[in-house]
Amino acid sequence: MSEVSQSPRTEHDAETPVRRRLRIGDSVLSGTTVLISVGLVALLAALLWVLEQGAAPAFMKYGLNFFTSRQWDPVNDRFGALPYIYGTVVTSTLAILSALPISVGLALLLNEVRSRLLRNPLTVLVDLLAAIPSVVYGLWGLFVLAPFLNRYLAPALGATLGKLPILSALFVPTPAVGNMLNAGIILAIMIIPIITAVTREVIATVPHDLREAAMALGATRYEAIRMAVLPHARSGIVGATMLGLGRALGETIAVSMLIGNGLGISASLLAPGYTIPAIIANEFREATSTGMQHSALLALALVLVAIALFLAAASRLLVRRSERMGS
Amino acid sequence: MSDGLDIVGLSAWYGTDRVLADVQMEIRPGQVTAIIGPSGCGKSTLLRCLNRMHEELPNARATGSVMFGDWDLYAPDSDPTDVRLHIGMVFQRPNPFPTMTVFENVVAGLKLRGHYDRVNLKERAEQAMRQAGVWDELKDRLNKPGGRLSGGQQQRLCIARALAVEPQVLLMDEPASALDPISTQLVEDTIVQLKNEVTIVIVTHNMQQAARISDRTAFMLRESAERPAALIEIDDTRQMFTKPIDKRTEAYITGRFG
Amino acid sequence: MSELRPPTRLKSVALRKAKSAAFTGLLWLTGAIAMVPLVLIIGYVLIKGTPVMSGAFFTQTAPPPGMPGGGMAQAFMGTGLIVGIGTLFSVPLGVLTAVYLSEYGRGRLATVVRFVAEILLSTPSIVAGAFIWAVVVTTMHSFSAIAGSIALTVLMWPIITRATEETLRLVPNDLREAALALGVPRWKMVLRIVIPTAGSGILTAVMLAVARGFGETAPILLTSLGNDFINTNPLQPTDAVPLRIYNYAQSAFTQWQSLAWGGAVSLLAAVLVLSIGARILSDRQQRRLG
Repeated sequence: MSEVSQSPRTEHDAETPVRRRLRIGDSVLSGTTVLISVGLVALLAALLWVLEQGAAPAFMKYGLNFFTSRQWDPVNDRFGALPYIYGTVVTSTLAILSALPISVGLALLLNEVRSRLLRNPLTVLVDLLAAIPSVVYGLWGLFVLAPFLNRYLAPALGATLGKLPILSALFVPTPAVGNMLNAGIILAIMIIPIITAVTREVIATVPHDLREAAMALGATRYEAIRMAVLPHARSGIVGATMLGLGRALGETIAVSMLIGNGLGISASLLAPGYTIPAIIANEFREATSTGMQHSALLALALVLVAIALFLAAASRLLVRRSERMGS
Repeated sequence: MSDGLDIVGLSAWYGTDRVLADVQMEIRPGQVTAIIGPSGCGKSTLLRCLNRMHEELPNARATGSVMFGDWDLYAPDSDPTDVRLHIGMVFQRPNPFPTMTVFENVVAGLKLRGHYDRVNLKERAEQAMRQAGVWDELKDRLNKPGGRLSGGQQQRLCIARALAVEPQVLLMDEPASALDPISTQLVEDTIVQLKNEVTIVIVTHNMQQAARISDRTAFMLRESAERPAALIEIDDTRQMFTKPIDKRTEAYITGRFG
Repeated sequence: MSELRPPTRLKSVALRKAKSAAFTGLLWLTGAIAMVPLVLIIGYVLIKGTPVMSGAFFTQTAPPPGMPGGGMAQAFMGTGLIVGIGTLFSVPLGVLTAVYLSEYGRGRLATVVRFVAEILLSTPSIVAGAFIWAVVVTTMHSFSAIAGSIALTVLMWPIITRATEETLRLVPNDLREAALALGVPRWKMVLRIVIPTAGSGILTAVMLAVARGFGETAPILLTSLGNDFINTNPLQPTDAVPLRIYNYAQSAFTQWQSLAWGGAVSLLAAVLVLSIGARILSDRQQRRLG
C-alpha cells in the first residue's frame, strides 16, 4: 500500500492541460472521500451534542434525582427514571447470563466441527438468527414464546429455584402476561448470534500450534480447549459479551412487546417491568412540548447511547487485543 | 529401556492426495533415529503419524499400522489420546502456552495425568528442565509467562514440557530449525544425553545435525508431485553418510539436489 | 531417569475421555438450542402469515378496527419510500467513506474514522430515532418519510462503510499497482479498477444494510409516525411494514393480529432473501479474489 500511495510527483514535468486535469481528478476524489469521512465522525459528535442539548434541561432540573427517583409523572411534570433503569439492567443481565454459555458453546462448536458440510449451514443459520427483525421476534414472542413460558417455565422455575431461600424472591408469581423473564429470554435469543460471531472470530485467531501442543501432551479435546483455546480467547470473549450487552440494553421493540410495560420495581422476574428504550418508544410521540417530558426522554436516550458506545469501544479494544495475542 | 516403534505399511492422505505410501520402518528402542530428505518429502507427515497428530489436520488421515511393543497404534480401538500419553512431541516452532508461567508449562502434561503434590511437581519440573538444559537459565523465572522468553529458551521449555511426563518415545519435528547456533547446540546436547533413556525420532533438514546426533538415519523422497513420498533407505548413520546403497541417497547427501 | 514418586491420585483416562465426550455433546446441545428459536420463528410466521397473503393484502389499506379484510398496501409503499430514500442517501456516503479508508486513509484520521464507523454500528436504533426527531422532525414541524430515511441513514451508513471497506481490501494490490504503472491516475484507478473489481462485494454490503433498514421499527416510530393511507409525499407522515406489525400485534382485534402475521411473512421473506443472497454473493466474491 504505502509505496503505491507515494507515487512520485511530477513537479518538474511540463504542466500540460491533460496532466492538470488528472491531478484535479485526484484531489476531487480524495477531497470528497475525506469530507464525507469527516462527516461520519461529525455525525457521531452531532448525535451526542443534540441529545445533550435536549437532555440538559431535565438534568438541570432534576439532577441526580433523575436517576434515583421512582416517580415518572408527566401530568405533574416530575421525572425519575429508576424503574426504567432497573428494568433495563435486569433484562440485560438475564439476557447475558442465558446467552453467554450458549454463545461460547456455539462458537466452539463452529470452530471444532471439521466437516464443512455441517459447519457451513450451521454458520449460515446463526447469521440468519441475527437477520430476523426485532419486530418479528416481538410478534413471535408475544403470541408464542410468552404464553409458553408463562405456562411451563415460570411454574417450573417457581417449583425449583423458587424454593431456595434467597432466589425465591425472584420467582414470586404474578398474574401478569408480560414480564421481565420473558423479555430477558427474547433478548438472549437476539444477542446469541452477536456474541457467537465475535467469539468465533476470536477463537479462530488462537494459533493452531497451541492446540497441537496440548494434544501432543495427551490432552483430550475438552482439555485442549481449556488449556490452549479459552485462556487465549478470554479477553475477546469479554469483548463479545460487552457488545452483546450493548445490543441488549438498546433493544426496543421486542422487549417493549414482552415486558408488560409496568412501572413498579419488583424483585420478581415474573412481574412486569419497563426499560429505557421502551419508554422512549412509547411516550415520545405523545409527549407534550410544554413540559419536561421530551427532555427527560432525550436524557434517557443520551444515557443509553453513551453506555452503548462505551461498551462498543471497550469491546473493540478487547477483541483487538485478544486477536493480536494470536498473531 | 523403552520400546521402539515398528512402522508397517503406513500411508497418509490429505484429502485425496496420497502423500505417503506404504512406509516400512523400524525405530529401534533407545536410539536416535533421524529422518532426512528434501522439503516436501513427507518426513514431517511421517513423524506426525507416529503419535497420530497427522489426523488432527483438516482432511488428513492415515492407514497402516505402527506397532509400539504389541500395541498397534492404528488399531480400531486405539485412542489417539492414549498414544500421545506415551509418545511425546516437540514442534518446529516453539509453542509454549503464552497464558501459563514457565513452571505451569513444564508441568502441564503432568497435571493432565493426575494430581501431584507440590513438592513432587517441583522435583519433576526441575528434572525435566535440567534434561532440557534450561534449568539454570530459568530457575529464577519459573513464575514468568512462558511466552516472554527468547526463541531458544521457549523451545527448550517445550522440550522440558514433553520430557516431564517421561515419554517412552519423543518425536522432534525440526526442533532446532528456528534457533540460533548456541540454542541448537544445547538442544543437540539434550538429545545425545537422552539417548538410551528415551527413543527419539528427529526430523531434520540439516544433514550435519543428523550425522552428529543420530544412530540411524532414514532418507525419504517424493520424486514427483503425482506420486506419494516413500522411504528410500534406512541404515546406520555412519553407513548412510559414507556408503549409501541407493543412488538417490548418495545424490542428496553429496548435495547434488534438494 | 531417577525414580520419582507417582501422582498422589491418578486421573482415570477413561474418565477424562468421558468428560471430553460429554463436553462435545454439550457443544452440540448449544447448537441445537440456538437452532430451535430460528426454526420456530420461521415456522410460526409461515403458518400464521401465509393464509393472510392475498391480492387484497397487498392492494388494500388499513381496515377500520374490528372490520374484516383490508391490507397493508400503505405500509408496503411507505417502507419502499423510506428505505428507498435511505438507501439513496447511505450508499454514496457509505461507499465513499469506505473508499477513503481503503484507498486514501492513513494516520490518525483514518484510525478515528474506522473506530467511529465500528462503534456507530452499536448505536441503539431508538436513539437514532430520537436524534433525528430532535433535528429533523422539530425543525420541519412534521413527522415525515424523509425523517425516517435520515434516521435509517444514521444506521445504514456505518454498515455499508464497514462491509465495503472489507471488500475493497480483498482487491489485490497487484491490480492497483498494475494500473498505476500504466500511468493511470489514482482516482481513475479507484473508480475504474478497484470499485468494479469489488463490485459484487459492494452490492453485498448494500443488501445487508437494506435488510437492516427494512426491519427497523423504533427509529421509524419516532420519525415517520405511521399513516393509515397510502402516502407518496416524502414530507408527510408515512407508514412502514414493521411499524404496522408492531401496532397490530398489540391490538385487541384478531383481524389486525392476523394482518401483523401477514406483514411478518413479507418482512421475513425480504430480509432472509437479502441476507442469504448477500451471503452467496460474498462467498462467490471471496472465492473469485482468493
